[in-house]
Amino acid sequence: MLAFAPSLLGFVRPDIDWHAVAPELTLLGVGAAVTLLDIILLERGRAYTSAMAGIGLLIALIPIVTLAAQGDTREMFGGAFVVDDFALILKAMFIVVAYVIVLLSTNYIAEGDYWENEYYGLLLSSVLGMVLMASARDLITIFVALELLSIPAYLLATWRKGDPRSNEAGLKYYLMGVFASAIMLYGMSLLFGLAGDTRLSEISAALSGSNAEPVAILGIIFVIVGFAFKVSGFPFHTWAPDTYEGAPTPITAFLAVASKAAGFVALMQLVHIGFGARHDVYQPLLWILAVGSMTAGNLMALRQNNIVRLMAYSGVSQAGFMLMPLAVAGDIGSEALSAVITYVLIYAAMNLGAFAVIIAVAHRTKSGDISSYAGLFRYAPAITICMSIFVFSLAGIPPLGGWFAKFAVFRAVVEADTGWGYSLAAIAAVNSVIALFYYAKIARMMWFEDTPEQADTTALRVPPSLVAALGLTGAATLLFGIYPAAITHFTDSALIALSY
Amino acid sequence: MYLNAMLLLAAILFCIGVYGVLARRNGVLVLMSIELILNAVNINLIAFGAFHTTIIGQIFTLFVITVAAAEVGVGLAIVLLLYRNRRSIDLHQVDLMRG
Repeated sequence: MLAFAPSLLGFVRPDIDWHAVAPELTLLGVGAAVTLLDIILLERGRAYTSAMAGIGLLIALIPIVTLAAQGDTREMFGGAFVVDDFALILKAMFIVVAYVIVLLSTNYIAEGDYWENEYYGLLLSSVLGMVLMASARDLITIFVALELLSIPAYLLATWRKGDPRSNEAGLKYYLMGVFASAIMLYGMSLLFGLAGDTRLSEISAALSGSNAEPVAILGIIFVIVGFAFKVSGFPFHTWAPDTYEGAPTPITAFLAVASKAAGFVALMQLVHIGFGARHDVYQPLLWILAVGSMTAGNLMALRQNNIVRLMAYSGVSQAGFMLMPLAVAGDIGSEALSAVITYVLIYAAMNLGAFAVIIAVAHRTKSGDISSYAGLFRYAPAITICMSIFVFSLAGIPPLGGWFAKFAVFRAVVEADTGWGYSLAAIAAVNSVIALFYYAKIARMMWFEDTPEQADTTALRVPPSLVAALGLTGAATLLFGIYPAAITHFTDSALIALSY
Repeated sequence: MYLNAMLLLAAILFCIGVYGVLARRNGVLVLMSIELILNAVNINLIAFGAFHTTIIGQIFTLFVITVAAAEVGVGLAIVLLLYRNRRSIDLHQVDLMRG
């Protein structure tokens, strides 16, 4: 603990490990360059920005690969910023997801009459926050990373300024987001008061020896509730359907995948390091969140007619599945992390793929209704096959990726060998069956229904960037299902055990 | 040490802020209520920092103040956009999408 006088007088600049922060610095540099390009070239810069953002993201992958090749754990700022295998695998995921989002955005944003440069600048700064979150082992770092990823996302959701729906999407996301982060901060201030330090490892030590029961319990509950909003868990999911429907569709995909994954990264670090000693508090809370999310999400998804709203509620239900291993994290240790990361990675591939199809089809039909997918197979057979792969993968049908994701979380909760774990597995099994109904509804619409009379049924042309996105996500979805070792190689529980 | 008094003040501010966010219909007043919650957090952090004689509480407070300024800037921009498009900042009227 620092005392006042020595810390002020004898200030020593902390050592900075430039290699460890290279991915963050690259993203910062590219984001700044994209914004500067906007200022200098104005309209003439439009053509280059998306390519620049995409290439910049790929460059940011290089230091991650070199760090992974060295394989040692690096710590900075007294353990507030840690680069270990857990952080690297998630940083790589965030950057690849952002690259796919750039592919999805390229045509979508260029066709609207909007400034592109700011769009990519904001997107990169949001990704920077996510990449930072994977290394954050300290309350201040977690808070700054959370705000860095959220604030640009509020602006991106409001992107279509003249459209009242987009305004509404941004407003609801903003108000719920800021409220949730304020509540989370209040919880953090209580945890800080208990430990006298913001590092998660110190908080863990203080919680295990604490007799200040109400402060500890209240702090944990408030912090988890704050992140439950970010992952759109029930009952904090009310913003999700409206925001997803009103926001530009590539941003919807970004929120549904990357932003949700960032919330899970923070939850994993908090639960595993910070609250480790108090599983009597966080386990029942996460159990309720998991069961509520998967059940409520599924029941609401059944009555949706709009594909994006359906994906929003299906995302709520998927968040419930991802919360399952965390609800038994105290009993199975880093096995829970392994299961959650496996699920998050596979979910990212299949969900991004589904949104790529939604963008491709909406370009033709100009509609989000599920009925507009009727007879899609007649004029877009390849897209129909892709969408079938993604929705059945989301439903968890073997041999697609989603099947292995579900298998991983079921194995984790059964391994806990407690009443809580088994009851969770039983409820999740029922929910998997319910989910099949609405996913199959989309597939039936595409394959068996007749095309509407007035519809344009010339073959659907898909722009090359969307084809690339579909190829990447489709290949990943198939590969993870048929050959799960491709993913377990990276998410092995011994490998990703958090260091602090 | 007046830690209890500080924490009580912060708790009262927090409750007023939460009430304001849930009950107010005016967009700007909701933003102000969120500021109240954040100030409750700041009081908590400084009081706990002084209690533990550590400077970390004050550092955290500086981060909260800075980030809150950015957040409110974005919030006011969104409320302004809402006003331009509908000539009203009544949040209960913002309900184009349902279900």
